[in-house]
Amino acid sequence: MINLVGEPSPILPVGERGGPAQPLISVRGLLKHFPVKGSGFLKPKKVVHAVDGVDFDILKGETLGVVGESGCGKSTTARLLMQLITPDRGEILFDGESAGETLPLSEYRRQVQMVFQDSYASLNPRLTIEESIAFAPRVHGVPAAKAIARAHDLLHRVGLEPVRFAGRYPHELSGGQRQRVNIARALALEPRLVILDEAVSALDKSVEAQVLNLLLDLKRDFGLTYLFISHDLNVVRFMCERVMVMYLGKVAEIGERDAIFEKTRHPYSSALLASMPKMNPGERTLEPPLSGDPPNPIDPPAGCRFHTRCSFAEDVCRQTLPPLSRISGAQSAACLMAMTNSGHSRAPVQMEA
Amino acid sequence: MKDPMIDIRNLSVTFNRGRKPVKAVNGVSLSVNSGEVVALLGESGSGKSVTMRSLLRLHPKGTSIEGSMRVAGNDVTELSARELADYRGATVSMVFQEPRLALDPVYTLGQQIEEAIMRHENVSRREAALRALGLFEKVRIPSPERRLMNYPHEMSGGMLQRSMIAMAIACNPKVLLADEPTTALDATVQIQILLLIRELQKEYGLSVIFVTHDIGVAAEVADRIAVMYAGRIVEEGKVADVIQNPKHPYTRGLLGARVELAHGRDRLITIPGAPPDLAALPPGCAFAPRCAEAAAQCITDVPRLTAIDDTASVACVRYA
Ligand SMILES: Nc1ncnc2c1ncn2[C@@H]1O[C@H](COP(=O)(O)OP(=O)(O)OP(=O)(O)O)[C@@H](O)[C@H]1O
Ligand SMILES: Nc1ncnc2c1ncn2[C@@H]1O[C@H](COP(=O)(O)OP(=O)(O)O)[C@@H](O)[C@H]1O
Ligand code: SF4
Ligand code: SF4
Ligand SMILES: [Mg+2]
Ligand SMILES: [Mg+2]
Repeated sequence: MINLVGEPSPILPVGERGGPAQPLISVRGLLKHFPVKGSGFLKPKKVVHAVDGVDFDILKGETLGVVGESGCGKSTTARLLMQLITPDRGEILFDGESAGETLPLSEYRRQVQMVFQDSYASLNPRLTIEESIAFAPRVHGVPAAKAIARAHDLLHRVGLEPVRFAGRYPHELSGGQRQRVNIARALALEPRLVILDEAVSALDKSVEAQVLNLLLDLKRDFGLTYLFISHDLNVVRFMCERVMVMYLGKVAEIGERDAIFEKTRHPYSSALLASMPKMNPGERTLEPPLSGDPPNPIDPPAGCRFHTRCSFAEDVCRQTLPPLSRISGAQSAACLMAMTNSGHSRAPVQMEA
Repeated sequence: MKDPMIDIRNLSVTFNRGRKPVKAVNGVSLSVNSGEVVALLGESGSGKSVTMRSLLRLHPKGTSIEGSMRVAGNDVTELSARELADYRGATVSMVFQEPRLALDPVYTLGQQIEEAIMRHENVSRREAALRALGLFEKVRIPSPERRLMNYPHEMSGGMLQRSMIAMAIACNPKVLLADEPTTALDATVQIQILLLIRELQKEYGLSVIFVTHDIGVAAEVADRIAVMYAGRIVEEGKVADVIQNPKHPYTRGLLGARVELAHGRDRLITIPGAPPDLAALPPGCAFAPRCAEAAAQCITDVPRLTAIDDTASVACVRYA
């Protein structure tokens, strides 16, 4: 890779220290509650349980998909990882080092970049696209000529000919082209992790396919790791090696793609998968797999978060919060039915010896 | 044969406000029978919403409309202002992608539905309120009495879309125009709304045009599919036929680019290039610059939408 910033190279670049088996990111007990406006003063203090204690790893070189209903905490998790907001609790390890402690935040921030859904809002309308892409490297002290040259390289890499596009302003581009610019900009600091929060959701299908192919090429060529947030389960299935399913601020299930898509162990994941439109008009969906809206995140249900909508809920589900438990090397789920001796009638029972 | 409920013939819509006129719809013909659901499938900017808004005459001043539109016996281009007010909502109503923009933020949903009913029918507020309650029950909004007193910002996207649907069917229209009503919703809510629309459509015998860019959504709701590209319909047929055996190179490209098909492959098949600029359409087939099968003729002549059998039509020289 090009040594962009021109600092003396450390012996091993950040993010390659712990070896390939060490996760690039390890998140433990991450928690973020947002105070609700108008509560707290003479009234009971209320909070939105946006991210309510989550643990997960992002492995080196993988794409980890994140799915779940609107409001379940996907973007908040992403913003926490980006250090755009500070967690109330929990720890983020980057290649074994604690972000903000052993790894300085400025260094961490360079390693983790993000692309948002709204391609227009994320670009400065007064900067040409080459200026936008060169902006962050310039802030990090890269000389102008070098930063612009690198911007042109990146434009070329994302399929926008610099001679035609470098001098344009964001409003002179289509949505798909703007999203390519955002991707180029995210790569300008040579990050290890790129968070894609609904990054292709606003694009048309044919443009989306082009951008997804681009993301795959860039991942391979630059050795990137992706966190891929999307509502489109078909796209997640195509793009991701592992998938994390979130429900109401918690991880419902996480595991290898085929385990989640073919052998899910959480009723919420199965409802989500069954909600995908069927491509065969002869096999239309007859009943909605899940009814109603998710509960209010200000006042989430006690016990299992999903019990108010789960067709397998029993009394024990209303009392016990199922921890995320390992089912196999490929999969963990937070459901009492998947936990030995949990007291749920469908749980595996193991007799004491 | 009975007259179709919606009969659009050779509709063209040109916006004259920018530097160059934009021909957003360019000779669309489409008919929808009574009780039929047609999905209008196409990418953004292909003219789906403009076609829908034409059926309600919702365009800004200075827009030129050519061609004819008949809906439930009305000649839409000839309606007077008064007739138009009666026609909107009572004969044809519409559900939008962004219910938040279509609803008034300062009135409760109950008030807005009551107003809609009282605008068209000579009923008391009390009776309108009772009907509104019935409608909220019909679209399965939990605790309907309480919800009728909510303002739009107090509801989730799915709940708001249910309210929009309740309002749309309040005056028993014959035609429902649904413009991407589920695009902003997530999968679990989307399927609920699709099933609700299907159920109401059957119960009320509605004719529906359902705009979407998602083939799976079309497969879940539609009897027929019409595919739009650059302001024209390029293919039309029964839903299963179009999905299983697409004919137009653009439709084939769109179906071939689906990620579901890429399982186990490491790349998606894509359609090269991008849709044309509507202010500078190519003279012949609008898809020619991206079409692998383009011939000399394609660059000069616009292919007409031609019936290839009883149920299917294609606009491509290869099927002429
Ligand atoms: N700054 C904030 N202040 C208060 N509440 C917030 C804030 N940001 C997010 N929330 C709330 O936290 C919860 C999780 O939000 P988040 O944006 O992470 O959801 P999401 O999973 O990304 O949803 P979507 O699929 O709609 O993007 C929601 O209830 C949201 O309203
Ligand atoms: N009021 C308007 N003035 C000018 N151009 C418009 C107007 N409304 C729509 N258009 C243009 O018409 C084309 C088709 O738009 P639309 O029907 O909204 O597409 P879609 O198929 O995505 O619904 C687009 O290029 C759009 O920018
Ligand atoms: S723990 Fe109980 S309520 Fe929760 S998902 Fe499992 S079965 Fe359903
Ligand atoms: S008319 Fe020609 S350019 Fe157009 S789709 Fe058919 S073969 Fe392709
Ligand atoms: Mg989000
Ligand atoms: Mg539209």
